[in-house]
Amino acid sequence: MAAWQNLVNFLGPDLARIIVGLVGVLALVQVNALFLVWLERKVAAHIQLRIGPKEVGPFGILQTIVDGIKLVSKELITPRHVDRKLFVLAPIAVFLPVLVSFVVIPFSERLLIRDMNVGLLLIFAFSTFNVLAVLVGGWASNNKYSLLGAVRAVAQNVAYEIPLLLTVLSVVMWSNSLQMSEIVASQSKVWHVFWMPVAALIYLICALAETNRAPFDIPEAESELVAGFHTEYGGMRFALFFLAEYSNMLIVAAVATTLFFGGWRSFPGLGFLPVPGLIWFFAKTYLLIFVAMWVRWTFPRLRFDQLMNFCWKIMIPAALLHLIVYAGIIKLVR
Amino acid sequence: MANEFLEPITEQTFYLNMGPQHPSTHGVLRLFLKLDGEYIVEADPVIGYGHRGHEKMAESHLYEQFLPNTSRMDYLAGLIFNHGYVAAVEKMVGIEVPPRAEYIRVICAELNRISSHLLWFGTYVMDLGGFTPFLYSFDDRENILDILDRVSGSRLTYSYCRFGGVSRDVDDEFITATHQFVERLRSRWDDYHNLVTKNVIFIHRAKDVGVINRELALRFGCTGPILRAAGVPYDIRKAEPYSVYSELDFEIPTGTKGDALDRYLVRLQEMEQSLHIIEQALERLPDGAIKAAVPNKVRPPRGDYYFAVESARGAVGFYIVSDGTSYPYRLKARVPSYGNLQVLTEVLPGTLVADTISILGSIDIVVPEVDR
Amino acid sequence: MSLEDLKEELSKVVEPGDMVPRDYEKDGCLLEIKARVDQVEAVAKAALEADCFLESIAAVDFTNGPQIIYQFNSCTSISRVLVRVQLSRGESVVSIGSIYDAALWYEREVFELFGIRFDNHPDLRRLLLPEDADFYPLLKDYGKVHAFRSTEEIYGE
Repeated sequence: MAAWQNLVNFLGPDLARIIVGLVGVLALVQVNALFLVWLERKVAAHIQLRIGPKEVGPFGILQTIVDGIKLVSKELITPRHVDRKLFVLAPIAVFLPVLVSFVVIPFSERLLIRDMNVGLLLIFAFSTFNVLAVLVGGWASNNKYSLLGAVRAVAQNVAYEIPLLLTVLSVVMWSNSLQMSEIVASQSKVWHVFWMPVAALIYLICALAETNRAPFDIPEAESELVAGFHTEYGGMRFALFFLAEYSNMLIVAAVATTLFFGGWRSFPGLGFLPVPGLIWFFAKTYLLIFVAMWVRWTFPRLRFDQLMNFCWKIMIPAALLHLIVYAGIIKLVR
Repeated sequence: MANEFLEPITEQTFYLNMGPQHPSTHGVLRLFLKLDGEYIVEADPVIGYGHRGHEKMAESHLYEQFLPNTSRMDYLAGLIFNHGYVAAVEKMVGIEVPPRAEYIRVICAELNRISSHLLWFGTYVMDLGGFTPFLYSFDDRENILDILDRVSGSRLTYSYCRFGGVSRDVDDEFITATHQFVERLRSRWDDYHNLVTKNVIFIHRAKDVGVINRELALRFGCTGPILRAAGVPYDIRKAEPYSVYSELDFEIPTGTKGDALDRYLVRLQEMEQSLHIIEQALERLPDGAIKAAVPNKVRPPRGDYYFAVESARGAVGFYIVSDGTSYPYRLKARVPSYGNLQVLTEVLPGTLVADTISILGSIDIVVPEVDR
Repeated sequence: MSLEDLKEELSKVVEPGDMVPRDYEKDGCLLEIKARVDQVEAVAKAALEADCFLESIAAVDFTNGPQIIYQFNSCTSISRVLVRVQLSRGESVVSIGSIYDAALWYEREVFELFGIRFDNHPDLRRLLLPEDADFYPLLKDYGKVHAFRSTEEIYGE
């Protein structure tokens, strides 16, 4: 009887909430990709003493739309000896889990599609799908370069997830819950970044590695493996990989904001400003993304074995040490 | 080794072609690699994709007609090749070049050397993943190209030197522009050092990578920054001074270990030394004629001759056999990238694929020079 | 190692009459050596003993056969030496690839441009030309040729 009740409840307001939310998320992902591509090109240009797109629309804002139209209108070439089903599946598999992760992100006090009590776990679980899809894409391309790129991507992603999860555990220990809204609530007095700065740093580095951004972009190193695991993809399929990468960046930055930078909360002391939580959230998220882009255009790439050494020999011990130390601190404080 | 492609391969190794079309083998170079996972077991550079037969062309062209060919051989150091060829023929015939022309040649050759090193710097760091210094160095390089364009008429492939001097005189605008450029580039060294040389990631990619020591370099006949980074202060401008280099005061930067980082530092210091040379030459630029009187078609006496200059990549030599007519009987260009590229067959095995890019970039090969 | 050391090493291999000093200012080299085909290896070993490096290997085609010119130099002092080896058409030379690794590619180039075979070369295949080329371009009976002379006309002997 209770189960029947739950189902009826679910089919009513909850379902409406989810449908509206997913439509909103789809819109957000598209607009975000549009914006981030433009931002990346402008940031890169200004760091390199150039201007970037300026012809199409004011300050080149419409450039991405025009590029998107170009990509959509391209012929979908499938090379002859690829594994056809997997080849078509890979871009879709890269993009879909990204949408799921948006369901639990707290954009504002009440703008949350579904406040699951294992929200954080859901995000990390679905972000691991990315690894599988990259491997499938690289293997199905029947191309040595793609395979090398995919293998490197898998090794890198799997390795950097460990310190990522370890540092997140420290945060979870303090807030006593995996629920995203609870984590934001536990930052009501002070943001986690102020008293757990090392965790924030480790998380941000691992986030760069997870999303395959420079200086960890060996899997798609343009100058070494042509284009890595998405060498053989063109047109809309390439656009899907691209879209997934930028959406991943948004998710990772949003999670960082929620975990360390107070989510939708205002800066401590500036609560009197009439700025809604949504604006705070997006401001912090996009600031983190801007820093990620800044890093990309400044540093050269790490060699693959140096990358893995960095993870196994420096990041994981640091994360473990951090976990132990903060477990002690939290026990003392509580 | 490239022909073994159809033979059965062992279970562990596989062949990878860093083919003629690749973003970081600058030019049409094909590296045929036998890989064991990520480690290279054998490396075989395959060249010839840009072979145009310059040496055969020389045999059916007048000496004057062959001059543009020289700058197409190494398009990044075109003026230096020009200088080498023209000075070789001048020695054969016995033409004396007026001092003003010599100084102009030296200034332009050093500007060319700096522009070649700047391009190398940008592309090397770009191959390693840092896209920004490429644009900074090209910004500086544009200044040089503008200066040389104003005096010689072309930006990349020059035919500026003539037998007996240069083709056009430099004016005051050239001199002020060059002074300004020297000031500007000096102020940029800090930027480059902060952005690249002190960058931990870059040092990790370049330190102890691709060590070419003195013995290896001499065995393969490498000259230029590779030999200097291994500790041998061999520079044709000091060892066999030509033009007015004996009157100018400059140092030869050397390294110690011969790894990629040493080669990088040697080239950066060479750029600074070139600036020093340019300043001195501008100061001492005498007045006078810019071209000696030379017969219309030079006819060197019979015999064979050799003349060497120092290009951005090493020692360039022209070996000319003359039969007394105004057409060379045989012209051989000894290019530095030949030995520099061949050393890869010994340096690459045992390294990772990602290091290939770093080593290839630090050796600074221009493929048309190898192919001629 | 200076030029004197090099001369000393070479005089053990070559007769003094075959060592001709040249005017560096005009010709760019200090010494010219006429060697026979069988002396090539010994000369290369002597140059290696004198701490020289192989600068280049060139070949020239004459009516009385092609001539190979080995060029050695030292990085400590100017000691450029040209070693001239006159061959007849079809004659082959021993490869000095085991002594100087730099020779490997130079000999491949001479082989593909002139057709001169090098014995004991580990990998004598074409370097600059396509693998299936069956011509030797720099020989004077291929393509557009302006003059075809003998060594006597050019060098006087």
